[in-house]
Amino acid sequence: MNKKMLSLPYLFWSIAFILIPLGMIFFYGFTDKTGAFTLENILAISQAEHMKALWLSILLSLISTIICLALAYPLGLILTSMEVNQNGFIIVLFILPMWMNFLLRTLAWQTLLEKTGVINGILSFLHLPSLNIINTPYAIVLGMVYNFLPFMVLPIYNSLAKIDRNVINAAKDLGAGNLYILKRIILPLSFPGIVSGITMVFVPALTTFVISTLLGGSKILLIGNVIEQEFTQASNWYLGSGLSIVLMVFIIINMVLSAIFDKDGEGGLL
Amino acid sequence: MKKTVYRIYTSIIFLFLYAPIGTLMVLSFNSSKTRAKWGGFTLKWYSELFQNDAIMKALWNTLAIAFLSAVFASIIGTIACIAMTGMKKKWRSVLLGITNIPMLNADIVTGISLMLLFLTFGFKFGFLTILLSHITFNIPFVILSVMPRMQGLNPSTYEAALDLGAGPVQAFFKVVFPDILPGVLTGFLMAFTMSLDDFIITHFTKGAGVDTLSTKIYTEVKKGIKPEMYALSTLIFIAVILLLLLANSRSKIKSVKTAERGKS
Amino acid sequence: MNKELINLNHISKSFDGQMVLDALCLSIHENEFLTLLGPSGCGKTTTLRIIGGFETPDKGQVIFDNQDITTLPPNKRQLNTVFQKYALFTHMSIAENIAFGLRVKNKSNAYIQDKIKYALKLVNLDGYENRKPDSLSGGQQQRIAIARAIVNEPKVLLLDEPLGALDLKLRQDMQYELIRLKNELGITFIYVTHDQEEALTMSDTIVVMNQGYIQQIGTPETIYNEPENAFVADFIGDSNIISSIMVRDKLVEILGVKFDCVDTGFGEGRPVDVVIRPEDVELVKPEESGLNGIVTDIIFKGVHYEMCVMANGFEWIVHSTKMSPVNSTVGIKVDPFNIQIMNKPESEDEEAVKTDE
Repeated sequence: MNKKMLSLPYLFWSIAFILIPLGMIFFYGFTDKTGAFTLENILAISQAEHMKALWLSILLSLISTIICLALAYPLGLILTSMEVNQNGFIIVLFILPMWMNFLLRTLAWQTLLEKTGVINGILSFLHLPSLNIINTPYAIVLGMVYNFLPFMVLPIYNSLAKIDRNVINAAKDLGAGNLYILKRIILPLSFPGIVSGITMVFVPALTTFVISTLLGGSKILLIGNVIEQEFTQASNWYLGSGLSIVLMVFIIINMVLSAIFDKDGEGGLL
Repeated sequence: MKKTVYRIYTSIIFLFLYAPIGTLMVLSFNSSKTRAKWGGFTLKWYSELFQNDAIMKALWNTLAIAFLSAVFASIIGTIACIAMTGMKKKWRSVLLGITNIPMLNADIVTGISLMLLFLTFGFKFGFLTILLSHITFNIPFVILSVMPRMQGLNPSTYEAALDLGAGPVQAFFKVVFPDILPGVLTGFLMAFTMSLDDFIITHFTKGAGVDTLSTKIYTEVKKGIKPEMYALSTLIFIAVILLLLLANSRSKIKSVKTAERGKS
Repeated sequence: MNKELINLNHISKSFDGQMVLDALCLSIHENEFLTLLGPSGCGKTTTLRIIGGFETPDKGQVIFDNQDITTLPPNKRQLNTVFQKYALFTHMSIAENIAFGLRVKNKSNAYIQDKIKYALKLVNLDGYENRKPDSLSGGQQQRIAIARAIVNEPKVLLLDEPLGALDLKLRQDMQYELIRLKNELGITFIYVTHDQEEALTMSDTIVVMNQGYIQQIGTPETIYNEPENAFVADFIGDSNIISSIMVRDKLVEILGVKFDCVDTGFGEGRPVDVVIRPEDVELVKPEESGLNGIVTDIIFKGVHYEMCVMANGFEWIVHSTKMSPVNSTVGIKVDPFNIQIMNKPESEDEEAVKTDE
C-alpha cells in the first residue's frame, strides 16, 4: 500500500476548495470589470464610510476580545482549581449552546435587552436604572462576547489544565506565594492558551456581519456588513474582494503573531 | 468563602451563556406571535411546526448536509491523516498548514472565496455547493482530532500485526483503525456540530430556493421569526441533551461494571 | 545518633474513605539519609507530601525542630522537595530555575549569581546557565531539580522517587552522586523509593512500609539480614520464607528436619516463619545433610548460578558459584547464623505483612 497515493484525495480537495478559491479573491480584488489590473478595489478602503466601518470593527472586536479574556482567565483558574475530573463535562457545557442555532441565540438577546424586556424588568424591580443598549455598539459587543466567549475559555482552560500540579507545588516548595506563582509560573505557562484564545475571538469578531445586523439595528455598519452587501446586494465582487484582502491583512497579522507566541500549537481547542 | 465566590462567578458566566437558550424555550410556549410580550402558555407552535413545509424542508436540508458533510469529511480527513504519517516532515507541515487555513481564516472570507469559485466555474448554486463548502470547512476538524491519535499510536502494533501474518489492509482495520476510532468519532461529531451551526458560509454558497435552518431564520429576521422556529430549536436542543445524558449514563454503567469486575 | 529533627506523631490520612496512613510514628534525625521504602500504595509518598506540606494529615502532628508545623503551608517550611519527574519550570532558563527560590526571598543579585554557580558546580553541570530544561537529558534535569532545591539551604531535602525515570546505568551513577551530595551538604535527606537496591545502597536508615503501616525501621544491614517479618524479607531481595516450628531455643524444625539456629525466646513448639537468603543455602552431598532435594532448574546469572531445588515440598531458591546439574540430588545445609526466625502475623495490624504474591 503506497501511503503517498492516499494523500491525493485531500491534496486535490485542498487545492480545489481552499487554495484556488483564495486565489480567486486575489484575482477579483486586483482587477476591474474589464479584467485589467487595478489597485482601486484595495484603495477603496480609504473612503470615509469604509474607513469608519473598519475602524469600528477593530475597536469593537478589540474591546470584545479584552472582555472575553478578562472573563475567561479567572474562570479557567476556577475550573482547574475545582479539580473536576470530568474534563469532558466542562467542554460539553461550553459546546452545548452551539446546538441551539446561533442566530436564534443572538436574537434572544433582543428579547432580553428590550426596553420592556426581561433584564429591564429585573432592573426596575430592583429599582435600578434601565439599560437601553439595544441597537447600539454596546449590544454588538455583548453579542460578540456572548458568541465567542467559549472560544476563549476552552484554550485557556486546556492550557491551565495541562500544567503539572507538581510544578506549582515545586514553586510553593521554593517559598513562592499564590500571587507570585500566578505571575511567574501559571501565567507564562498558560500563555499559548491565551494567544490561541485571542486569535479565536478576535478574527470572527472583526469580520462578523451577523451580530451587527441582529443587535445593532440597520444603522451600524461593520466592515463585514460592507463586504457582505457588496457580494449579495451590489454584486460588486471586485470591490468586495478588494475589501476582503484588506481584512485578510489583519487576519494574517493576527495569525503570524499567534504563530510566534504559540510555537508548538499548544493552545488547542481540544 | 473563596469557594462561594468561585461558585457565584462560575454561575454568572453559565447564566450568561444559557440565558438566551432559556429565553428561546420560553418563547416557544408563548401564544402571542411577537417576541415582545407574553400572551399565555400554548403548545400550538409545536403542532403547527410539523405542518410547516418550509421549515421541515429546511430542517431536512440542514440535517442531510450536516450528516453527509461530516461523513465525507471523516473519510477524507482520516485518509489524509494516514497519508501524512508516511510523509516527510516538510510536506506534512505544508499540508497541515493548508489544513489550518479554513480554521484560522474568517468565515466570511472562506464563504466568499467559495462563492467566487462556484461562480467562476459555473456551478449551479444549491444543495451541492453548500455540501461541498461544508465538507471543506469540516475536514480540518476531523484531521485535528485524528492526527493526535495517529501520532500517539505505537507503530510496533501495526508491524506486529504484519508479523503475525495480516495483510496491510487487514492490519490497518484490525489494529490501527480501532485505536484511532475515538478520534474519528470526535472529529465526526465536531464536524456535524459545526455544519449544523454554520450560517455565514452557507449564506454565501446557497442558491435561491434552497435553505438551511440558519439561512431561513436570517431571511425571517426582518419579517419576524415564526414561533415554530423556537419550538423546533427547543426540540433539537432537548434531544441533544437527552442523547448526551444517555451516552453519559451508559458510560457510567460501564465504568461501574468494570470497577465491580476489578474488585471480584 | 544526631539530634532529632522531625517527628511524625500518630499521623493518619485517608483519601475518599480509603485509609492510606494509620497512626504512623517516625522520628528523623539531623544529617540522616532516611529512605521510605515500599510497594506502590504503601503510603510512602503520602508521608513525604505530609512532611513537605502538600497534604494535611487527618490526625496527628508533624513536629519540625520542636515546632508544630502540621498546618504550615509549603512555602513557609524550611525544607525543599525534589519532585518525581523533576517538575522544572519549562519556560525559564536553568539559571532562572535555580534562582527561583532565592528571588522569592529577595536575595541580592550578586548572591544569587554566586549560588547558581555553586549549585551547578555541585551537580557537575557548570556552564548550563542559559539552557532550557527541555534541552537537557533526564539525568541532567534531575540534577537541576536538586540544584534548584539545595540553593535554598534547606535543613531537609525531600526526594520523591527522583531516579524513577532514569535508566539503570544512570540510576546507579546518580545513587553515588546523591550520597556524595548529602555528605558535602551535611543535611538530612528523606528519600522515597520502591527500589530496594537503591534503598540498601544509599540509606543510613530504611523505613519499610506496607499498606500504611511501618513494617520495620533499621540500617540496611539489619533490614537485609534480620527482617522482622515475611513482608520485609520478601520485599528486600530474594528469600526462602518457610513456615516452620520452633522446637525450643536454638532449634527449629524446617520441613520436618531439625536445624540449629541462634534465636531464642520464641517459646517451645510455636509456629514461626523462617527466612533463609538464597546465597546462604549451601548445597552439599546428599549424605552430609538431613534435608535432600532435587535440582529442578538452573540459570546462569553471571556472578552466580540461580538454582531451584525441590525439597520436602518446598521450592528453594539457591545462589551458588558452584553448579549442580538439573535432576541431581543434593543436600541442603544452612549455617545457624543464617537462619532468621520471625513471628507469624497475629493481630489485624500485622495482616498487612502478608504478601500479595
